[in-house]
Amino acid sequence: MISQTTPSVFKRVLPQLVILAVVLACNLAVFPGFFALSVHDGRVFGNLVDVLNRGAPVALLCIGMTLVIATRGIDLSVGAVMAIAGAVAASVLAGGQGWGTALLGALAAGLLCGLWNGVLVAVLRIQPIVATLVLMVAGRGIAQLITEGTILTFLDPGMIRLGAGTVLGLPTPIWIWIGLGALVITVVRRSALGMLIEAIGINEAASRLAGINSRVLLICVYGVTGFCAALAGVIVAADIKGADANNAGLWLELDAILAVVIGGNSLLGGRFSILASLLGALIIQSVNAFILLSGLPPEFNLIIKAVLILAILVIQSPKVGHALYMLRAGGLPLGGRTKARSPLTSKEEKAQ
Amino acid sequence: MSVPIRPLLHARGISKFFPGAVALDAVELKLNPGEVHALLGENGAGKSTLIKCLTGAYRRDGGTVTLDGQDVSPASTNEAQALGIGTVYQEVNLLPNLTVAENLFLGRQMTRFGLVRRRAMNARARAVLEDYGLSIDPAEPLTSYSVAVQQVVAIARAVEMSGKVLILDEPTASLDRDEVQLVFGVIRRLKARGLAIVFVTHFLDQVFEICDRATILRNGRVVGERLLEAVRPDDIVTLMLGRQLEARVQARRSGPGGEVLVELEGLGRRGMLEPVSLSIRAGEVVGLAGLLGSGRTELATLLFGAVAADSGTVRKRGRALRLARPRDAIAARFALCPEDRKTHGIVADLSVRDNILLALQARQGWMRPVPRARVNEIAEHYRRALDIRAASLDMPIRLLSGGNQQKALLARWLATRPDLLILDEPTRGIDVGAHAEIIALIERLREEGMALLIASSELEELVAYSSRVVVLRDRRQVGALEGSRITPDNIIGAIAAQTPQTPQEVPA
Amino acid sequence: MKLKATLLAGAAVLLPVLAQAGDLTVGFSQIGSESGWRAAETTVTKQQAKERGLTLKFADAQQKQENQIKALRGFIAQGVDAILLAPVVATGWDQVLEEARDAEIPVILLDRTVDAPQELYLTAVTSDLVHEGAVAGQWLVDAEAGEDCRIVELQGTTGSSPALDRKKGFEQAIADHPNLKIVRSQTGDFTRSQGKVVMESFLKAEAPGSICALYAHNDDMAVGAIQAIKEAGLQPGKDIKIVSIDGVPDAHLAIAHGEMNATIELTPNMAGPALDALEAYLKDGTAPPKWIQTESRLFTAKDDNMAIYEEKKTLGY
Repeated sequence: MISQTTPSVFKRVLPQLVILAVVLACNLAVFPGFFALSVHDGRVFGNLVDVLNRGAPVALLCIGMTLVIATRGIDLSVGAVMAIAGAVAASVLAGGQGWGTALLGALAAGLLCGLWNGVLVAVLRIQPIVATLVLMVAGRGIAQLITEGTILTFLDPGMIRLGAGTVLGLPTPIWIWIGLGALVITVVRRSALGMLIEAIGINEAASRLAGINSRVLLICVYGVTGFCAALAGVIVAADIKGADANNAGLWLELDAILAVVIGGNSLLGGRFSILASLLGALIIQSVNAFILLSGLPPEFNLIIKAVLILAILVIQSPKVGHALYMLRAGGLPLGGRTKARSPLTSKEEKAQ
Repeated sequence: MSVPIRPLLHARGISKFFPGAVALDAVELKLNPGEVHALLGENGAGKSTLIKCLTGAYRRDGGTVTLDGQDVSPASTNEAQALGIGTVYQEVNLLPNLTVAENLFLGRQMTRFGLVRRRAMNARARAVLEDYGLSIDPAEPLTSYSVAVQQVVAIARAVEMSGKVLILDEPTASLDRDEVQLVFGVIRRLKARGLAIVFVTHFLDQVFEICDRATILRNGRVVGERLLEAVRPDDIVTLMLGRQLEARVQARRSGPGGEVLVELEGLGRRGMLEPVSLSIRAGEVVGLAGLLGSGRTELATLLFGAVAADSGTVRKRGRALRLARPRDAIAARFALCPEDRKTHGIVADLSVRDNILLALQARQGWMRPVPRARVNEIAEHYRRALDIRAASLDMPIRLLSGGNQQKALLARWLATRPDLLILDEPTRGIDVGAHAEIIALIERLREEGMALLIASSELEELVAYSSRVVVLRDRRQVGALEGSRITPDNIIGAIAAQTPQTPQEVPA
Repeated sequence: MKLKATLLAGAAVLLPVLAQAGDLTVGFSQIGSESGWRAAETTVTKQQAKERGLTLKFADAQQKQENQIKALRGFIAQGVDAILLAPVVATGWDQVLEEARDAEIPVILLDRTVDAPQELYLTAVTSDLVHEGAVAGQWLVDAEAGEDCRIVELQGTTGSSPALDRKKGFEQAIADHPNLKIVRSQTGDFTRSQGKVVMESFLKAEAPGSICALYAHNDDMAVGAIQAIKEAGLQPGKDIKIVSIDGVPDAHLAIAHGEMNATIELTPNMAGPALDALEAYLKDGTAPPKWIQTESRLFTAKDDNMAIYEEKKTLGY
């Protein structure tokens, strides 16, 4: 069974792997030591580790975001939920509780935020972009109320380890996002959840008539997204040993959506790949690393990012994909590269 | 009606082709001034395509249209309006937030020095609307009035802007009886003013009440033009539904089936379906006959819980069921293949395999996935049993032909092993081969003891497989036929209902 | 207090904070509470009023100019003796300032200036952002005393005036010292987390041990960078000297722990000089200069940073 599915999964994420390789190669070009790794005090250092570590918040966000987008929705509130979760964790610690309680409190708060979004979308039938905009705007205010406008700092070593500690030589956030990603992918694909979510995203009316409980599923999906955002919020807070309600997760919802899109998932819902989204998050982080290492003045940051992202999206567009395919068919020996073709076209071909 | 000298609008040999289909095949339509002309036909007969060709929404592929003796070929609805052809659709497409007067004059507001002359416009609007028998305040927002009044405003706007030909596309579909009379009053005034009016509707009694003449379309062809004074409703229904296959009646046995499986008692919903009572036995096919909009799809929808009924009860083997959602119906082992396969049936981008599995998996819940080996077994089984032709079960279902999609949907429901299978237009839009296979499958399922409720506009089909036929008209149950009384003629008679063939009540 | 003010969002609600009997009543229109420093400024202003026996009417504008204008009109209608205004934007004040002048109520600007004719306000009390940068630069010049030093810079939000001016002042101060060189400069968006992330990349991009000093445009970024330096196995404050601006409590704490070397205070006490000038003006009509520059005080390990930390913590940073 695994041998049956592995090649198709590989085929699905091939474009993302190729893009990631290209971006990493660009990094290597501007900074020859990019791939170098070293070990101090049992801790591995290197730019690759940084990409994996700094990509953690967006990677965590895009796990949930992929599911939400698969249902034809979107969640703009994840950045604000991060701020809320960080604020809750810090205030629980400030109240003298242990880090375990703080973590649970933060995750519960995130889950609650997600369920709130889910109820607005699934029960009250408010358009997802509007429903989650409410919490996007209000959420940061809630977080500021919790921290009373300050950066609420803490010194609990257990909590700090979640963001800045290491496990087996690698930063904890890397293990957290890879672990949660693997868990969600396994649950979604080993259970029927993935198929049912895709069915809702493609045709909710037909799904309802087929007996799918779309309401409960939608609420759960937004709940998962809130949970992921909370975990990201805890990591960001733990990383700087403080909850910064004004800045934690600011604009990260857009990076998360971008990661999902770079992962080749359609904003119109339907078929999805969390693995591809996670690669998308790493691609974004690699672009960020490129900007920092390039040494160019910060005025260029946004332009470089925009140009690189645009290039990635253009290469992924069906038109360009088709042109590349024709080029290859014209005799260019590009081997088995199916770069930048949408998953559906490759599926169709397989079916022929 | 007096014999007119020359038709106001004469369309001849109108053809329209869509990729792979002939939508209109040399259609002729003659509209006389001062006459209300009904355009009739079942879904897909070509009514709306013809209207769109006349109003410039579509470009015709052949034929001529003369208006007042002049050849015209409008390239847009605006151009058609300027020529004198106005259209009003079922859904009022005015701007609800604007006032009545603004809607009436939208796009041609009375202005002076670039400013809208609101007072003058309101006065003019009041005068215009009084001509239509409406004395309302035109300065009020449109939404403060009923749908019927809005419909009249839409008619007034269309007439004011065009003035020769008025096309009404199901203007009464969402109106109640009194409101229909309001609109009819307006139509009679316009008729007296010498307009040529096209009236499209599915309500046959309204046709006989307001129209003078009718053109009947079937499968993109004109099958008749009739002066309504001279015909009976039966004839019109016969023309609309057609009778190609006379003799397949012998395939049917009148065996009453087994135990009563499902009983409906007064099942209905306001504005959708008046209470219906009927019972379905195991091993029996109950057919639902009626024109489009008669309530046959609505009955299927209510019974499956896709829309909650507000009256009546449904019992299965004597136990009352609560059917608020499709999940409830599925739990009671009901299944429904809906009429609109694309929007309510298939999940286009999912694989054929997932589509087949969907209902079974949804019933089991996401936490208990059907094991992959079992999934393959089920999908393969139905691929062979129903002869679903797909290069691979992994391909998206949208790439299959209509017939194969329908078979996959049947497989989806058969995989749940239903006791009652509800099929709404199971053979619409599929090729001849698949058509025959689906009819054969229905026979087989019935023989295996399943209860089936099938809504169809194909009379021969209903006759071929039904043990009983329930006839609906105007969202009401109007009769039932059993055994040897099930013939196309009798069904048509019951639908037209001038002389009800079987006035008996359906056994509860 | 702040919590309550936040809850009463929307309208510019006037909250009489100190209803002590005093000779003078002063209205204070604050921008909001978007940062710790802003909160501290509010606290210090209230303290200053209390010490001087003034009645302070406080209005939180929730980041909206319209709320500030409403608050100012409210103060004018109540006939206060003077108005302190921390303007949220620079433009659009002419009319309401004229109304205040017509009512003969002096207006003093705190922390930021406005684009309006000078006669419409009594004076403006602000810090000099360029000067702050220059103090930081001069400290590093003195600390290095001619030794070669490769400096990395954490800029504020790209294009913001504090980022531009603090960069400019620092560069001016080190311009004549070729031993000091900025080798990397990148934005950290004034936030702790970006400060940490960018510092991490600086440490990777430069040869190990080659960075001698960090200049951060605010303390928050410096605090984030300190963590990055520690995680890289280096000692902040020793292996890499750190100077930044603002003087928030956590910076004093870091200096007290020897993890940071210097911070230049952006004082939250704008109200002190403002009220001094006001009292002088009301007493005998002494017109203050149109701009009162607050002191940009340098704090280093020589100060009792622990005590300052404890004291500042109470201000609401």
